[in-house]
Amino acid sequence: MAVVPLEASSKPTEAPSTPVTRLGEQVFDTVAEVGDVARFSILTIVWIFRKRPRWSVLVPIFYAIGVKSVSVVAITGTFIGMVLAVQAYHQFAMMGLATRLGSVINISIVRELGPVLAATMLAGRVGSSMSAELGTMRVTEQIDALSALGTNPIYYLVVPRFLACLLLIPLLTLMGDFMGVIGGAVISTQVLNVDSFAYWKHTRDFVDSLDIFAGVFKSYFFGAAIALISCHRGFNSKAGAEGVGRAATEAFVFSFIVILFLDFVLGLLWNSIYSAMYPQSEGLL
Amino acid sequence: MNHDGAAMVEGVRKEDGLIALRGVTMRFRYQTVLKEIDLTIRRGQTVCIIGESGCGKTVMLKLMIGLLHPTKGRVEFDGADVASLSGPDLVKMRLRFGFLFQMAALFDSLSVFDNVAFGLREHRVCGEQEAHRIVLDRLKEVGLPAGVESKKPAELSGGQRKRVGLARALAINPEVMLYDEPTTGLDPIMSDVINELILQTQQTKKTTGVVVTHDMKTVTKVADRVVMLYPLSRLEPGESQVLYDGPPEGLEDSPDPRVGQFVRGEAGERLREMALQRHGSGR
Repeated sequence: MAVVPLEASSKPTEAPSTPVTRLGEQVFDTVAEVGDVARFSILTIVWIFRKRPRWSVLVPIFYAIGVKSVSVVAITGTFIGMVLAVQAYHQFAMMGLATRLGSVINISIVRELGPVLAATMLAGRVGSSMSAELGTMRVTEQIDALSALGTNPIYYLVVPRFLACLLLIPLLTLMGDFMGVIGGAVISTQVLNVDSFAYWKHTRDFVDSLDIFAGVFKSYFFGAAIALISCHRGFNSKAGAEGVGRAATEAFVFSFIVILFLDFVLGLLWNSIYSAMYPQSEGLL
Repeated sequence: MNHDGAAMVEGVRKEDGLIALRGVTMRFRYQTVLKEIDLTIRRGQTVCIIGESGCGKTVMLKLMIGLLHPTKGRVEFDGADVASLSGPDLVKMRLRFGFLFQMAALFDSLSVFDNVAFGLREHRVCGEQEAHRIVLDRLKEVGLPAGVESKKPAELSGGQRKRVGLARALAINPEVMLYDEPTTGLDPIMSDVINELILQTQQTKKTTGVVVTHDMKTVTKVADRVVMLYPLSRLEPGESQVLYDGPPEGLEDSPDPRVGQFVRGEAGERLREMALQRHGSGR
């Protein structure tokens, strides 16, 4: 029998690699990846309606994603409010507008910084951990074991995480907003000696429930994006510690980019809705 | 034991073939792993699939249970095309299989009890009390001590994990057991325990078995029939990927020298190739 050299066995039928084929592969991979994320998302939504996950599966995941994130989001929210107060005070004081700090700080928190920073923190804490957990399950064949036992892995692993992110991230955002408002108020009125009555009066004049709703509305999309991207990365993790680590990193990076993109798109959408509801405010937005 | 070679299998009636691979080719992007494989496994038979690492043995197991779909050809289970099954039919088919994964693939977040009860609870096979009884019975059958059911998989040794994996697979009373390298990473004594459990399962539960292994002791102990695969990249053009298909006793007498080399664990030819490569790269 003829001896087949060892190097011939490593990649037996690989096409010759040229810059053009590599570019083609990259384009093909990107398109396939986007298609795969879309398919994964649709399957997740289909499974939500097909079969309700058991409480014994849901409760620990809700606890890990919701309860365990409270401190992170609370601390982040508090510091955002405090930092905003410190940074804005001098500029406003120079113009004699220090009492207006309340409106600026609070509207920034409830409409933009609260939801975006809470989602970013959660993408780091929850998204990376979900991705690493599912990635480990992929490489240790636990996901295959689920399928072999007749259980759909999307139903069992993704749906509970998706529901937890979708339902709890808006609540965490509200809590982050609240802590930010308190942090900003404490620094402004107790440390920087802004008049408390004027601070809250301007807040009431300029921040209404629609602003809070705008932030919470966005956080539903952020929550869904974090869950889908992180679970998808975990499901497609490559073998080994490096593969799982890469999946966790990609989960955070992609989630962060999508959060900022959604923030921009939803901001535009919200402004159009607001303009349609209150035409007199057109020039102010 | 009932030793059936390929010729005998060809001769059996079609309905006796529980699992059939018909002209199966499996390709992952640029790498073809299986090519034009034809294999029929009879009800009640225990087939050991042997071969070098990377020759497609595990892929073959995953094709049988529908975790992978062939690029070309058909995989049939009880006459149905596995790739065409979906929804409840796919679940029904999978519940007729038990799968012992290479590293057991126990669910880390669940206790041993919950792992073994998983299939029973998820598919509401029985009530909670009955599930409790089945789980404890299965754990006892695989020789695990009382109290192990409350532990987490991370607290178990390799052999215990394998036995829990086997108990989980057996809990749903499968007709077919698939074993992916059941003795890999275990000491010789524990390997023998696992081999004995495979044999017991085959005899007491009358299951059909497909065992992917490198361990010739497993082959000798449990196989009715042995199929040896060879890596495609090392085959001559036109050669079949199945180098041997017959009873375990015939392995040593195979006319193909590569079969004997594998059985005896002789690396002679590979060592010569490596030496040639080193010599070539040194110049």
